[in-house]
Amino acid sequence: MKVFRSSKVLLTLMLAALLIAFGTSSVFAAKAAPKQKNIILATTTSTQDTGLLDTLIPIFEKQTGYFVKTIAVGSGQAMKMGEKGEADVLLVHSPDAEKKFVEDGYGINRRLVMHNDFIIVGPGADPAKIKGVKSSADAMKKIAQAEGLFLSRGDNSGTHAKEKSLWKKAAITPAGQKWYQETGLGMGQTLSVAAEKKGYTLADRGTYLSLKKNLGLDILVEGDAALLNIYHVIEVNSVKWPKANADGAKAFADFMVSKNTQKIIKTFGVDKYGSPLFFPDAGKKDEDLGK
Amino acid sequence: MDLIVQGIIKAFELIVTFDPEVLGITWLSLKISGTATFISLFIGVSIGTAVALNNFYGKRLVISLINTGMGLPPVVVGLFVTMLIWRSGPFGFLEILYTPYAMIIAQAIIATPIVMGISLASIQNLPPNLRLQILSLGASRLQMVWILIKEAKLPLLAAVMAGFGGVISEVGASIMVGGNIKGYSRVLTTATVMETGKGNFDIAIALGIILLILAFIINALLTQLQQRHYPR
Amino acid sequence: MKSEVLMKAENIILQRAGVTVLDIFELHVQAGRILALIGPNGAGKSTLLLMLAGLLKPRQGKIYFQGSPIETRNDLAMLRRNVSVVFQEPLLLNSSVFENVALGLKFRKIPKEEIKSRVQQSLEYFGISHLEKRSARALSGGEAKRVSLARAFAIKPQIILLDEAFNSLDPPSRETIIEDLKRILEDTKTTAVLALHDREETLRLAQDVSVMNSGKIVQTGTTAEIFNQPDSEFVANFVGTETILEGTVKSCSLGNIVVSVYGQEIEAIGDCSIGQKVYCCLRPENVTVSSRVQEKISARNVFEARIIKIIRQGFFNKLILDCGFPLVAYITIPSCEDLGITQGTTVVASFKATSVHIIHREK
Repeated sequence: MKVFRSSKVLLTLMLAALLIAFGTSSVFAAKAAPKQKNIILATTTSTQDTGLLDTLIPIFEKQTGYFVKTIAVGSGQAMKMGEKGEADVLLVHSPDAEKKFVEDGYGINRRLVMHNDFIIVGPGADPAKIKGVKSSADAMKKIAQAEGLFLSRGDNSGTHAKEKSLWKKAAITPAGQKWYQETGLGMGQTLSVAAEKKGYTLADRGTYLSLKKNLGLDILVEGDAALLNIYHVIEVNSVKWPKANADGAKAFADFMVSKNTQKIIKTFGVDKYGSPLFFPDAGKKDEDLGK
Repeated sequence: MDLIVQGIIKAFELIVTFDPEVLGITWLSLKISGTATFISLFIGVSIGTAVALNNFYGKRLVISLINTGMGLPPVVVGLFVTMLIWRSGPFGFLEILYTPYAMIIAQAIIATPIVMGISLASIQNLPPNLRLQILSLGASRLQMVWILIKEAKLPLLAAVMAGFGGVISEVGASIMVGGNIKGYSRVLTTATVMETGKGNFDIAIALGIILLILAFIINALLTQLQQRHYPR
Repeated sequence: MKSEVLMKAENIILQRAGVTVLDIFELHVQAGRILALIGPNGAGKSTLLLMLAGLLKPRQGKIYFQGSPIETRNDLAMLRRNVSVVFQEPLLLNSSVFENVALGLKFRKIPKEEIKSRVQQSLEYFGISHLEKRSARALSGGEAKRVSLARAFAIKPQIILLDEAFNSLDPPSRETIIEDLKRILEDTKTTAVLALHDREETLRLAQDVSVMNSGKIVQTGTTAEIFNQPDSEFVANFVGTETILEGTVKSCSLGNIVVSVYGQEIEAIGDCSIGQKVYCCLRPENVTVSSRVQEKISARNVFEARIIKIIRQGFFNKLILDCGFPLVAYITIPSCEDLGITQGTTVVASFKATSVHIIHREK
């Protein structure tokens, strides 16, 4: 420690920090320099947590020279960002809200990208006896009747929206019930909570598969058309928000539905989990899915 | 228990193999929090010293405000900074939301009151006649202030430690204004939160351990500097 | 006055929170002399010193240095460059003794070599050359005080201002520091203003004295003048005339007055009119005690006195006497033994008319 002269400690410190500051700015500048090269992609946690975007985005950036800032939030918040013009392009899975979003003029060019599906998971003991039930709405009813603990995301994400639509179908109002708890957390954490508390929850298959090894939860209900988890890409309306990067948004949306990308999506996760996590759907219609 | 052991093993694995991603995240954390602390040092020490040395109407109120600011919740800072630098916000034209710059700003806002409060207290704790003594020896006002700051350097180093420790371990504001973008604004804390969310507890624990080691090294270094000035 | 006025304060008024803390009509600091500001705590001595040092701005009034008023920033800088202040606490910086003593010289942008020699000279003055490389935080109280004095002298000031500089020191180091300071002030012919509240220090160090009370200067004069002719009860009390008696002038002729005190009569010298109310001040060393009434004695005041109390004070005893009025006398210990003085015995106390100092109580 004798390098530091007694009275010059502060000065040395400040200099060191200054060096760091300069180093930092040069590094940042290299990436931030091209103007309107930044695309803000607001998306759901599931696309990031499964690692799909980590695979796709470097390819896109290399092809186009754009820099994508991925902000992984819930579908609800992602669309809020779009409404405010704080994002350029959305990759979300909350179809009803998406339709409204486009109808209200916030987004344009909503295109189907891919789907995977939701599953209802729960403890192996299955106290509400829902294993094998075909209809997801019936399964929800059974959980409510048996007052089996149910963990909800409660965060306005696409998963949460789907869960609410299932309760609606089952004609049950779970809010405020003792057996119904909202975590306010992401999918991965909500699954962990469900595992800890031995409760049921609704999860997307991708996240469940990537976490399976650490959880003690089984798939109890799957395959119902109502459980499809459909991802759309939406460009934020640059007429409404001139600051939005319309070109970049279009480029990214085009990339997501391109042949090559769809091929990557098709095989993503096979090597790791033995089965694909997403099914590419570009060019199809929503109604045709699940048939 | 298994998980923790796994995490520790994973941490060592990541550290000894110099995992480029972890290294990048660690280096970025250091740069962002270091720069923020540096900025807060400048603003905090100068304003803290100015408030300590001047008498003005409402001084007590200002001191209370600074002391309150020492406990600013990072998420609140994150929220306000986000709203200010939104595209539609007053500073939207800067286009710095979801950049390391935004993180530096938010962290500097968190650290500045901490540094300010501690420097204010440490300058106030100097003997009241010391500044008169220095002036009477023929110092200019600027020379006098510089000498006082040097006299208070031990507590000021504590201020640096507190400020740096506060921001490098802070997550709420960083994730809000930085967006946790891979290779760009992902730092140790935001990565830890994300990996936890993904359920990758071993990596999350590893990142946490790296954060702890980092904080320890920096504090040990500063403590070393601080303590060696006591009587020989 | 014989020497020129180096520094002058006129019509100074300073208020703090609406209370007047300083109200100085006039204060002259003679070049080459040592002036003591004495008075009780809170009298305003330190505040006045700060003002003379240019560290505190008066609300009203002016400080003059070498004949010119301190008005602009430049004047103030000039004043500060010529004045050194030594505060009660040593106020050393957390660096070496050398760095501390060199501080004022560094501000003056003096070449390194000269700084070195002047610091060493100043350290030598105060006999602390061996401390040069020590950390200032590792010094004893006496050493630290010497360093702060050396620092003040290193810049070769025209005036040195000392604020209660010896208060916190233990008696032996206090003694030696006072001796050293006196010698150095004389050697360097530095003008000094010392804020003191100890009588003995004042007698030892000061040539002139200004007595302060509640922000005002109540009396100024040479040290002898102040101690022997206090012109108010306050000054008399403060400088230590132990006996102060209230009385009324009974008769008055050719400067000889007789004052009636508690039914007794005291003769004194003064210019009074009959019926005037006065204080008679008597310094205890001027009172003589004998075992019986002498037939012929020049002392005009002779009283029979009972010994109320004997207080031993170093080489002499302080006697509290009752001669119909209270009286204090200092008697050496051998005299006490010769006279066989014990508590309760009756003796004769006498003092000259000329040693009674008359202070007018009201006009």
